[in-house]
Amino acid sequence: MQSETVPDRATRTMTLEAFADTIVPGVKRSPEDRAIAGAADDDGAVVAGAVELLETPAAGVVDGLDSLTVMLNGHATDYAAEHGLELDDDVPPFVALSYEHRIALVARLVAPGHPEKDGWVALALFSNMAFDTGAHLHTLDAMAQGHPGLRSMKFAQPDADGLWRFPAYSYGRPLARRHPGTTPSGNPA
Amino acid sequence: MTSTESTDVLIVGSGFGGAIAAYHLAAGGAKVTVLERGPWLESKDFEHDYLLGSSYTRIFDFVVGDGMSLLGGNCVGGGSVVYFAAMPRAPRFIFERKGSIGRRMWPSAINRDTLDPWYDKVSEALPITKQDWDEVTYAGGLFAAACNHAGRTANPVPVAIDTKLCTNCNWMMAGCKFDAKRSLLLNYLPAALAHGAEIRPLHEVQKLVRTEDGGYRVSYNVIHDVDYRVSVGSGEIDAKIVILAAGAGATPVILQRSEDTLGKMPHAVGRYFSGNGERLNTAIIDEDKARDLLGLSREDNLSYAANQIGKGPCVASWDNLDGSLPEFSRFCLEQLYFPPGFGTILAQTPDALPGTPTWFGAEKKKIVEQWQSWLTIFSMTEDDNEGVFGTPPPTGNAVRISQQMLGRGPIRYNPTENTLYGWRQADAAVKAIMEKDGLSKVMPWTNDVVGAYTVHPLASCRIGDDPETSALDDRHELRGHPGIFVTDGSAVPGALTVNPALTIAALAERAIPGIVKALRDRGVDVTYGAPSPDGETSGRRGVAPLVRDLVRD
Repeated sequence: MQSETVPDRATRTMTLEAFADTIVPGVKRSPEDRAIAGAADDDGAVVAGAVELLETPAAGVVDGLDSLTVMLNGHATDYAAEHGLELDDDVPPFVALSYEHRIALVARLVAPGHPEKDGWVALALFSNMAFDTGAHLHTLDAMAQGHPGLRSMKFAQPDADGLWRFPAYSYGRPLARRHPGTTPSGNPA
Repeated sequence: MTSTESTDVLIVGSGFGGAIAAYHLAAGGAKVTVLERGPWLESKDFEHDYLLGSSYTRIFDFVVGDGMSLLGGNCVGGGSVVYFAAMPRAPRFIFERKGSIGRRMWPSAINRDTLDPWYDKVSEALPITKQDWDEVTYAGGLFAAACNHAGRTANPVPVAIDTKLCTNCNWMMAGCKFDAKRSLLLNYLPAALAHGAEIRPLHEVQKLVRTEDGGYRVSYNVIHDVDYRVSVGSGEIDAKIVILAAGAGATPVILQRSEDTLGKMPHAVGRYFSGNGERLNTAIIDEDKARDLLGLSREDNLSYAANQIGKGPCVASWDNLDGSLPEFSRFCLEQLYFPPGFGTILAQTPDALPGTPTWFGAEKKKIVEQWQSWLTIFSMTEDDNEGVFGTPPPTGNAVRISQQMLGRGPIRYNPTENTLYGWRQADAAVKAIMEKDGLSKVMPWTNDVVGAYTVHPLASCRIGDDPETSALDDRHELRGHPGIFVTDGSAVPGALTVNPALTIAALAERAIPGIVKALRDRGVDVTYGAPSPDGETSGRRGVAPLVRDLVRD
């Protein structure tokens, strides 16, 4: 299915999707979906665009994705052996893991002291950013498309000119006593 | 024979340390050249957009080190363009701190009384204003009410924001589209330009070499305007005086890289780094409790649900800024906003099942869905100056990973028990306030992912009286290297327990008379005494009695 160093594109995409889905889980896109484990009941990082973001030149990690894919599947194979799990050959080894096992493996890879931590943390950061900000899209486009992360966070709609303004912003009344030592300029003493 | 450009003063960086120097020295008659590694954007260029490559990533820098990550500005105007403009003065006890060196960290010449006139000068220039409660955002109001409910005080924070222009959009980190934030783009920098200073963006200084006439030759790379990993040119400029103001994450790196040509650096260059003791907690507010316990209500029958609305920090609680308490137990707590991404990734779920992760996975996703009910609390504690810079990267201050923003830098930070104690005390105070009577659930951000983090890097090339533990004398001149001055956050001796921008700026103002003296000693016809950038003079009157001591031989 793949060489030692260069996975085919389908393997890479599926493996990266499974990783991103471990960071921000989503609902399966179809009953046959294997990359998404189905640990949530609405869309997660994959549908939010995690792989697109990872492959964006601006992110700067695209050249490492092949090797990270190979490494992740290698870790999954070792993890399965360690836990006596039999992996389904139809999908890459990491994809063949259940959500709980994916979580446990990723937790190990991103833990302080892991020699490859930088790479896995980078993957996790971009997976998160795909969901929390849609950083591969203009935010106005993301809002218009109903981007799953911004929608789930109830990110407010901008004004008609595409800028955010909040005319109502203050309770408008004193809500605490000021520190008795406050100086006339409003500073700590 | 090739000719190298020359200038009187070469300033590295255009944040507070660089812009203030550029203005005063240009106004005084010196030829001033500013090299800024980031781009030059103005209000029309700032975008409300999270897309990689928008103003947000063009002007912001995120450097991951070992045990510490640094966030800072990367543009003309530096930190002032991306910061939240909270401008409190450092409390009196800060100047008496000893840290772990067994003696006062600050130079004997500096205390709150002697710095106050310089604080006044900057406050006039930006300007800085007091906020009243009707300018405080929902998030600030909620924090104030929670403090009050817990028996604490809370204060609106002085800010460099024109609240009449502010739209409370909370996009401050991408640059202020509305010119409400009083960044250096609106005061010191245009005034410096008006007096003939030259600012060159996308010029990243690499190294300094001493010239035969006692000046310095500064070499730089020209950075690609989209892919900051790429250099598109290089050059050199000779200067009589060099002012390093590249930020606490970069100034020591430039000096370390120059050690083979400049000669031995003071021991404190690249040591004693402080992250300002910073720590963040996320509270997930129970909206019903906010109404019932705190009596809060706003439009649409909501009590809070306003995390997205605002202008960064508006309210702080100063009850623990008590000089009678022992060092490392004093801190302030400040309500803060961070946009999604920076503001969400490190937050931990309070409801993780045993053995499951706290910052990613299904439980984490559930709290992200409640994002509008988040309240971020920023703790600024006293850390132990334990950061050390390792071998400099080949260029800049980090090996850049992404085209913009993300890089891997040489800072190492292994928090001491003193620092950890301060964080624990602050975390406990946040928990006591925010979880009282079930108002919210609180968790600190994890330090397991990118280490600790700071938006206020300090002290990596600091002033002091002791040559063993300070790189600069009390006039900001680099020990053993006459004519090199440092005026940025790296000069601040240690954590301040409050936002440090005003203190950095005040110290830069205070350093100028000494730099003018150094220029005059080198034959440059320059004077000191320019008014505020917009012409006000009360700040100048206030510092006049202090200037003589700063120009002594």
